[in-house]
Amino acid sequence: MTVVYKKSGMLTDAPFHYCPGCTHGIAHKLVAEVLEEIGAEGNVVGVAPVGCAVFAYNYFNCDMQEASHGRAPAVATGIKRVRPDTVVFAYQGDGDLASIGMAEIVHAAARGEKITVIFINNAIYGMTGGQMAPTTLEGQKATTCIYGRNPEINGNPIRMCELISTLTGPTYVARAALCDPANVRKAKKMIKTAFEHQLNKKGFSFVELLSACPTNWGMTTEQAVDYVKNDMQSIYPLGVFKEE
Amino acid sequence: MGKITIEKERCKGCGLCVMYCPKKILALSDKETNGNGYFVLTVVDESGCIGCANCAVMCPDSVITVER
Ligand SMILES: Cc1ncc(C[n+]2csc(CCOP(=O)(O)OP(=O)(O)O)c2C)c(N)n1
Ligand code: SF4
Ligand SMILES: [Mg+2]
Repeated sequence: MTVVYKKSGMLTDAPFHYCPGCTHGIAHKLVAEVLEEIGAEGNVVGVAPVGCAVFAYNYFNCDMQEASHGRAPAVATGIKRVRPDTVVFAYQGDGDLASIGMAEIVHAAARGEKITVIFINNAIYGMTGGQMAPTTLEGQKATTCIYGRNPEINGNPIRMCELISTLTGPTYVARAALCDPANVRKAKKMIKTAFEHQLNKKGFSFVELLSACPTNWGMTTEQAVDYVKNDMQSIYPLGVFKEE
Repeated sequence: MGKITIEKERCKGCGLCVMYCPKKILALSDKETNGNGYFVLTVVDESGCIGCANCAVMCPDSVITVER
């Protein structure tokens, strides 16, 4: 018998602190597996966000830098510019990337920084206890919209892939969902393509991963992946939005 | 023919693996817990494993190693 699946060597042995059924863990694994496959070991720097993934620097088996809230793309820009041959990625949640960090992500993308951004869209502020995010769905309940998001008062969800793909700087923009094995395998392919764009010095690459937060959604694991598959995907369609 | 190895101390009992095993040979124990108090993953029918790795692909905590 041969081993067909084992924990990636690009992850440390530290147990993830994420809640049971949280798909941040799947996202970490995919990034780690891709870094291993592209041979980036020893030549990669990751930038961790503020949010539930704040401890990502303990989990990835590479050099990591913590950024202040939302600033990961700016920090990644600096690292990439002084070390253009190092693989540089930022890993960010939706509060981090699409609220406080909206300026940083849009301008890093517009400048065409040759970095890869992995964007975990779980439609909520997970770490701080379930406040509404820019990506929260219409009608979705959060502690700051207890009757459900009302577009009249709270505006409509922001579609980051669609927004980023209007810019000239990005060369790869794609969205996948971490809701079942087939979609997880597709997500990995997209992450790999994104890193290949960086390796080939093409331009800015961006992969959005629809992700479950069972804890703050108040759902079981099963209900949460179902929510990603049906409710989230109806607002956030999957696919490649830009490839050059 | 496949075989899975479970690192039970890392398991959080979320059940994503159980949901996506096409052969339905996985279950969360209703008796056995680990050091963190989670009911852990168990294999109900070892001979049924086809080594597809769906369980391991879905596991957020890298609990499962798959051989085929
Ligand atoms: C400057 C600043 N403002 C606010 C906060 C509080 N804060 C911590 S994490 C977070 C949002 C996290 O949500 P998200 O980025 O979606 O990550 P998730 O936990 O959902 O993965 C906020 C607002 C902070 N740490 N720093
Ligand atoms: S609060 Fe949500 S995003 Fe944070 S670890 Fe728990 S399930 Fe994951
Ligand atoms: Mg979030």
